[in-house]
Amino acid sequence: MPTRSATPSPDAGVSIDARSWGWRHSGRRAWAVSDLNLRIEPGERVLLLGASGSGKSTLVHALAGVLGGDEEGEYTGQLRVDGRDPRQARGRVGLLLQDPDSQVILARVGDDVAFGCENLGVPRAEIWRRVDASLRMVGLNLPLNHPTSALSGGQKQRLALAGVLAMRPGLLLLDEPTANLDPEGVRDVRGSVARVLDQSDATFLVIEHRVSIWQDLVNRVIVLDRDGGVLADGTPVDVLARQREHLAESGVWVPGVPPLLPERRRGATSTPQPLLRAESLSIARVPGRVVASGIDLQIVAGAAVAITGPNGAGKSTLALTLAGLNQPAAGRVIAGRAFANGAAGDPIRWKSRDLLTRIGTVFQDPEHQLIAATVRAELAVGPRALRLTDAVITSRVDELLGRLRLDHLADAHPFTLSGGEKRRLSVGTVLATRPGLLVLDEPTFGQDFRTWREIVRLLGELIDGGTAVVAVSHDTDFVAALADVEYRLPGTERSAAPVFDR
Amino acid sequence: MHATPTLSTSPIRSKSQAPRNFRWRVVDIVVASIIGVASGLIFVLWNQASNPLGGLLTPILPGLQGLLGGGWLFAGVLGGLIIRKPGAALYTELLAALVSTLIGGNAWGPLVLVSGLTQGLGAELVFALFLYGNYRAYVALLAGAGAGIALTITDLLLWYPGASASFAGIYLAASIISGVIVAGLLSWLALRGLARTGALSRFASGRDTRAAV
Amino acid sequence: MTLVAPDGRRANHEPRSALSHLNPVAKLGASLVLALVLVLTIDWVSAGVALACETVLFFWAGLTLRVFFLRTALVWIAAPAAGLTTLLYGQAAGTVHWSFGLVLVTDGSIELAVATVLRVLAIGLPAVVLFITIDPTDLADGLGQVVRLPARFVLGGLAGLRMVGLFLDDWRALELARRARGIGDSGAIRRFANQAFALLVLSIRRGSKLATAMEARGFGAPLERTWARESVFGAREYALMGIGLAIALLSATVSVATGSWNFVLA
Repeated sequence: MPTRSATPSPDAGVSIDARSWGWRHSGRRAWAVSDLNLRIEPGERVLLLGASGSGKSTLVHALAGVLGGDEEGEYTGQLRVDGRDPRQARGRVGLLLQDPDSQVILARVGDDVAFGCENLGVPRAEIWRRVDASLRMVGLNLPLNHPTSALSGGQKQRLALAGVLAMRPGLLLLDEPTANLDPEGVRDVRGSVARVLDQSDATFLVIEHRVSIWQDLVNRVIVLDRDGGVLADGTPVDVLARQREHLAESGVWVPGVPPLLPERRRGATSTPQPLLRAESLSIARVPGRVVASGIDLQIVAGAAVAITGPNGAGKSTLALTLAGLNQPAAGRVIAGRAFANGAAGDPIRWKSRDLLTRIGTVFQDPEHQLIAATVRAELAVGPRALRLTDAVITSRVDELLGRLRLDHLADAHPFTLSGGEKRRLSVGTVLATRPGLLVLDEPTFGQDFRTWREIVRLLGELIDGGTAVVAVSHDTDFVAALADVEYRLPGTERSAAPVFDR
Repeated sequence: MHATPTLSTSPIRSKSQAPRNFRWRVVDIVVASIIGVASGLIFVLWNQASNPLGGLLTPILPGLQGLLGGGWLFAGVLGGLIIRKPGAALYTELLAALVSTLIGGNAWGPLVLVSGLTQGLGAELVFALFLYGNYRAYVALLAGAGAGIALTITDLLLWYPGASASFAGIYLAASIISGVIVAGLLSWLALRGLARTGALSRFASGRDTRAAV
Repeated sequence: MTLVAPDGRRANHEPRSALSHLNPVAKLGASLVLALVLVLTIDWVSAGVALACETVLFFWAGLTLRVFFLRTALVWIAAPAAGLTTLLYGQAAGTVHWSFGLVLVTDGSIELAVATVLRVLAIGLPAVVLFITIDPTDLADGLGQVVRLPARFVLGGLAGLRMVGLFLDDWRALELARRARGIGDSGAIRRFANQAFALLVLSIRRGSKLATAMEARGFGAPLERTWARESVFGAREYALMGIGLAIALLSATVSVATGSWNFVLA
């Protein structure tokens, strides 16, 4: 194949054509996508929605030509990008994925952006011209030798976008690009994409739960049916109005649909029992580098504290320090006598087994917590470490399986669960040992509407029942729904921040 | 499910029908690299732990340093088991050796690359003997043994060229045992565990181990 | 956010020296050439001469003593270890000084032991000095453009290498999670194995996602690829290889001249 030089009309949009197209993974019985008939004109801006399992991601990966060869799956029907098989059209299609970390390929910003051009055989001088242009287009003003590992999530996504743009694709595909970002990152990425769409004629297709982010940038909404084919197809206003209930049911954050939170029933407690107290606490992730100091905080039973603040303010570090997992740089985290219940010293000194019945920690990435080979065994890890009897363990596990709606997955391997299921499981494992305090790090991170509602409901029940909750969150809806107290870490200043009562 | 005649609901391929494709895909290269890099890191940790250990074992029974050899050998076997393409064992072991050299975590300098090459070849030859089609447990053990033999030959030539015949014999036996257990058996168990987590869904090694869902 | 980073061509903690800008392929090549020649013989003269020449060059490399010894620590441990082994179990020759079971310390084994120690030092020390200034991306560029290794493998390896930082972050999180889940008190070996396995799962998944991202950028397509950064192999690189070769040949010559050349396969 001849080397490709800079094409004359680089961003001319491409068309997408699907005729009774379907695909399934080899080794699976169910079809990921089936009977899809679709036509997207060059230059159209499309938002792709649908319940999980409706094959949105599969379609997008197929359009980018990265689904895998014949040994990985089989397809029926026909899928054409610009009139050609997607696998022949690599370089005409740009794909942006959900996880910022897995898209960074090289160690320096300039090199990473240049990667796509190198693969397409673009001459060296032209490569660096394109790198400059792309970085400017996404608004990333960093020197070319800036290390990519030092970028925030939003910056990494914009870097990936620049890398994609440098290839001058005719079709831009975004698969949940802002799901793993904090609000600032989401704004930055949306801004970059808006700029790109302003200056280019490329066809644009995005998948996202939060419709409000892309609503104004698209002129067409397509909803895929879980049972195959297209459920709805039309202008944003149209489709969102007609399919409102269905979309909300499938986990989409439809603008204008309120979360419908369950009723909260507070238990009657005269004085809430103090569980934990932070006294002039200074926290550091890496010994010697204090990120915040002078923290004074009280955690009481039956109340929820939300820890908020900008990126890098130390929210996760604070949560881990309160949970007895991270050494305070200065000051103390003191446990109330009744809460400590015999465990000596501050939580950081407690034995691992003592933590189980007092403080339960749910990590930002559920996968870090997975230990066992089946869901049932996973839920039993805590009780087993407490040396409870088999009968008690079984009853607790069964109760949790029911409560978390994971019964049908009891014998599945935890790693094979979906994102939402893993999140529910990680909360469940912590509940199995009935701790008095729950510490959660971004519990609604990357979750769709349904899971979000479930987590909020579950936590609400727990708080009403007397459990204390400390949650790190950049999700304003979550904080509004659950928090009794909001503790905002200032980020740049080193003094204590005011505590807000809600 | 949509009941159109063209879409069947039975699993499509059985093991014997799947055409064997020996060309490396991008995912093969990247995951092999990751296995290699992770193993290289473990090599470094293993080096730091075993060097003093080796010094301790020496006076007690000669040649038994070979027992520690397995820690250096599993990269190739694991890579071969997971990727199942020609050259997988060689590439993974070589990359692991390169990584351990670059991180400065070994005492042997660039000759570790030679070790990586021969050890990788040791495992590779076993997989090749089975035509890259058989990945049962005993093949994994044999690959570990093959790597162990290669390790002995290389080490005796490069680092213990003045050694007596009895030393060499014991070293060989110890390396083979270590290769079989650490490199062969552990790698095979790791493969099975990995397949069950679904992490290997893009690989034949993952699909062959799990039933169709 | 416009952070102006320091020179990103090397990691922040690596020492800056005259070696930083040389093509990594030359560094690899020079140390390999030297090692391969030294490995042909087991005698203290060749290793000693090589070590002497290298010591002179180490000063030119621009490392502080502290960094030097810190980085080469493993070599300093391995050399006497290998020497001790040879001392006790080396081929017997000359007077026997001590015998116990299979242990046989003789004149011959003493000589071989000294040679072994010097040899490990002569090969290991320059390797460390050269390699700590290697930037992986530059090495990949070199291997792909100068040595002409297949680009897919070289770059795939490089992308995998970049994941190391993430591995370490994951490892830390896995450790904390185990403490939080109540199993952090006992069973260290079992926990290590469990954690290592979890790390393997996480890294392979990341790898699969990375592979998709790379493919989406056109990687692996049958097109002829170009290189954004030129890997130069010029006079300075040839000079370095020349130095490596010169030291090797000098050592060999002196060894043969003094009659102590002892071919390893003899």
